[in-house]
Amino acid sequence: MLTDLTIAEAREKLRAREFSAVDLTMAHLHAIETLNPRLNAFITVSHSQALDQARAADEALARGDARALTGIPLAIKDLFCTVGVRTTAASEILRPFVPPYESTVTAQLLRDGAVFLGKTNLDEFAMGSSNMTSAYGPVENPWKRLQDEDAVLVPGGSSGGSAAAVAARMSMGATGTDTGGSIRQPASFCGLVGVKPSYGRCSRWGVVAFASSLDHPGPFARTVRDGAILLGSMAGHDPKDSTSADVPVPDYEAACRRGVKGLRIGVPKEYRSDGMPAEIEALWQKGLGWLRDAGAEIVDVSLPHTKYGLATYYIVAPAEASSNLARYDGVRYGARQDGAELSDMYGNTRAAGFGAEVRRRIMIGTYVLSAGYYDAYYLRAQKVRALILRDFNDAFQQVDALITPTTPSAAFAQGEKMDDPIQMYLNDLFTVGANLAGVPAISIPAGLDANGLPLGLQIIGKPFDEETVFAVSAEMERAAGFTALPQLRAGG
Amino acid sequence: MSAYAIEGSTGLWEVVVGLEVHAQVISQSKLFSGSATAFGAEPNSQVSFVDAGFPGMLPVINRECVAQAVRTGLGLNAVIHKVSRFDRKNYFYADMPQGYQISQYEHPVVGTGVVEVELSDGSTKEIGVTRLHLEQDAGKSLHDQHATKTFVDLNRSGVALMEIVSEPDIRSPEESGAYLRKLRSILRYLGTCDGNMEEGSMRADVNVSVRKAGEPYRTRCEIKNVNSVRFVMLAIEAEAARQVEVWESGGTVKQETRLFDSGRGITRPMRSKEDAHDYRYFPDPDLLPLVLEENWIAALRASLPELPDAKRARFRSEYGLTPYDAAVLVAEKATADFFETVAKGRDAKIAANWITGDFFAALNRLGATIETSPVSAANLGALLDLMADNTINGRIAKDVFEAMVETGKAPADIVEEKGLKQVTDTGAIDAAVDKILADNPDKVAEYRSGKDKLFGFFVGQTMKAMAGKGNPALINETLKRRLA
Amino acid sequence: MSLDTATIRRIASLARLTVTEDQLEPLAHELNSILGWIEQLNEVNVDGVEPLTGGAQMAMKMRDDVVTDGGYPEKILANAPDRAGQFFAVPKVVE
Repeated sequence: MLTDLTIAEAREKLRAREFSAVDLTMAHLHAIETLNPRLNAFITVSHSQALDQARAADEALARGDARALTGIPLAIKDLFCTVGVRTTAASEILRPFVPPYESTVTAQLLRDGAVFLGKTNLDEFAMGSSNMTSAYGPVENPWKRLQDEDAVLVPGGSSGGSAAAVAARMSMGATGTDTGGSIRQPASFCGLVGVKPSYGRCSRWGVVAFASSLDHPGPFARTVRDGAILLGSMAGHDPKDSTSADVPVPDYEAACRRGVKGLRIGVPKEYRSDGMPAEIEALWQKGLGWLRDAGAEIVDVSLPHTKYGLATYYIVAPAEASSNLARYDGVRYGARQDGAELSDMYGNTRAAGFGAEVRRRIMIGTYVLSAGYYDAYYLRAQKVRALILRDFNDAFQQVDALITPTTPSAAFAQGEKMDDPIQMYLNDLFTVGANLAGVPAISIPAGLDANGLPLGLQIIGKPFDEETVFAVSAEMERAAGFTALPQLRAGG
Repeated sequence: MSAYAIEGSTGLWEVVVGLEVHAQVISQSKLFSGSATAFGAEPNSQVSFVDAGFPGMLPVINRECVAQAVRTGLGLNAVIHKVSRFDRKNYFYADMPQGYQISQYEHPVVGTGVVEVELSDGSTKEIGVTRLHLEQDAGKSLHDQHATKTFVDLNRSGVALMEIVSEPDIRSPEESGAYLRKLRSILRYLGTCDGNMEEGSMRADVNVSVRKAGEPYRTRCEIKNVNSVRFVMLAIEAEAARQVEVWESGGTVKQETRLFDSGRGITRPMRSKEDAHDYRYFPDPDLLPLVLEENWIAALRASLPELPDAKRARFRSEYGLTPYDAAVLVAEKATADFFETVAKGRDAKIAANWITGDFFAALNRLGATIETSPVSAANLGALLDLMADNTINGRIAKDVFEAMVETGKAPADIVEEKGLKQVTDTGAIDAAVDKILADNPDKVAEYRSGKDKLFGFFVGQTMKAMAGKGNPALINETLKRRLA
Repeated sequence: MSLDTATIRRIASLARLTVTEDQLEPLAHELNSILGWIEQLNEVNVDGVEPLTGGAQMAMKMRDDVVTDGGYPEKILANAPDRAGQFFAVPKVVE
């Protein structure tokens, strides 16, 4: 099936003209037509635009102008502004918004010949770990528990629609954004590779902001190599983003072939939390074994402030969000609710336009920045953030990469963990540190739990050393031999 | 000078004033976006997606705006901070699209400095500058276009402003005016702000409190957005009087933001800012620290023009001008440059007299500026040359000048066309004098019998007979000889 | 630090979120539970630690002063919920 190919395979075959880009795009559009009504992975499907782009790709291929992604169908998280295609951030407040501009990351994907199938569902403004906070309905995880096929599981979040789309073979790859784990956690829940590069590696220009200092665009793929291909296209310095790093983009695909011989791999002891399921602990040990067998040295390291990462995150992220979301006021774009006076219009527009979780975080963020509380909350959190970065810097004095589980559990069912926000926040326990420190991290599918659900392992690297992270990820991918498939998928 | 004081029923009150001046930076493009800054464009035509706060848009700082702030800091004798930072000031307003203003709160680019002002009694006073920081301007709300709606134009949204904060060193309306005028003069010299208060490129927030002599500061009120030097002075007067009345009637002045109603000459509380006091400043995570290289600052310092204080001192020592003339001539750089062009190689005092006298009077009359003046510095200089080499006399020079104002022509051409060349031919003067003496034998007799005052009559008559063109010195000499 | 409903009302007003009376109590409860959990940060010794503002550790690049943007009022206004000619329109503001 065309939809089962990896990006690397499809690229070869497109160049060999074994099938056309239109064939490949049609196959995915057909999969979307069949599966999306149930999975709800896409908010907007750009059917005709995708076919136009596929036809253009075929012409380019015929001319011999084959670029990195020519003819490859991708799904775009509905947080990336796409010119002429509605961009909602999964929020009511942006329901009517059609951007007159293209985000830098998606522009680069288009430059490299990609075909965009549509815009994927997410937690509203990327705030969530389950995709349950979307104003466009929840996304269903294409994976099923072996013993309980009726249970509807979440794909994780916030990039849940992107993860479900790639897992169910509705798309060959997808963009996501990762603010506290929003690429890696859904990748883990859906049996995918999820890449969160270094802060500054991928431009944030044109990506609807959640928390500016923590937001990282990155790709989803089904293999490490595909992740490398996508990141290679998405990455690069952007003069329009002051926080974008002016450093060269290395050949990530080549890095996947490096191997791990002689690398020192750290195991942070603080990630061994009480109550970690035994199967996750076992999988972690197994992963370390693969690397040892491949010639890496395993070293115990300490990241003493790990346990404070989440609390730090839940001050910094809402604080920035409360300010970033102030622009949604119903004046220049978006959905407006009337009010007699300007302030009523604002209050009504924002109360109706934002969902409960977004409102909650705006309230928390407003509070921790307000007079009299700034020092106790926000300033203290920034200091703890500095200590967390110092932990990573210290660890990377001793090792080349760190290995941890990606999540404390496999995918849970819709409706679970909904009563207590903190239970939901704990999903990001292992992922949030890399966002606070800005270091690159990849989640790869490493095995299945007793219910047959995928579990991920996380590889964390030094700032801007994605190459080592790809090398380790590729080695572990080879050793893991992960071939399990979700129950709901194209042709499945 | 005698201190400014308000006489209340309980005695004399001192007024304490600090000014926050918002000066629009001269630059081609905005502080954080590439859209244009020109004044008077069609609504929303100089707006980028960044300026309009669209989703996912990010700020990128303009080097020239930073350079302008540094130049201004150097011109205010201030400390330049090599590391500064941008913060977000969070509040909602229709013409502030991001829902926050990017400003510098904790770490401004420029620290403490000082401005020396000259007061009307000839004394000087130093007003401390607390800080200067860069920030974005907001758009413009038009409240009077529609019965139930406010219209918003974002052309100014994102234009760079320098906020220049003074210490509370100002003690009178006069000092506030002197400070504002001096500050404006420095900004114009530096070319960092055009200082045009009518177009809003310079506006002031005025912090006013009153106290009895020797007391610590009392509560202050902030009068927002005052847009002329005169209104600042009037607002201080009105607000100080109001506060004295509040205190003396047993009340308490409440810290609040007020507006100056220039029509009624009073201040009133501002309605729309009631909860604006919790701005939730925090470092803007879309921007990195602003780090300035020592070399860059040094290059800016080296390229600064001569500033008013230095120029005034030089005009006094180099040209021997009076303190008053020097101060008048340096207030605007264009005037100072005009003066120096005219004075070069000529008698500087005569140049100064002509410029501060006839020339300024003509500009006033025409409503013209140095830039639009019909009389160029070169032509005014040429006029002085014509007097110096006796081509024309001082009286004719006034007429030639008026013709220059009218026509913009060169003085030599006017003299030529109108035949105004001074007559120095002694034969012609002798003949004219002879005729006057012959026509007025009685006056000659009176003069010779001791009525010396009549000498002026003979001079006048001779000059008249020569249509004003006679050389006055030669006429005098001839008359003295003939009447002796 | 515990949030009472008056504080909730003030924070909601600062954030321009209209909150109805019956939402105040549940919101206070939720936010207090989150803030209580966050307070674990008080255990950390942060003496002498410089706060870390963002993810990027570099100096800021500056752009040249050139007009490169703007000049497209129709695109700026195209998404406006209410406009009057070339202006955005909002309910009347009294200053």
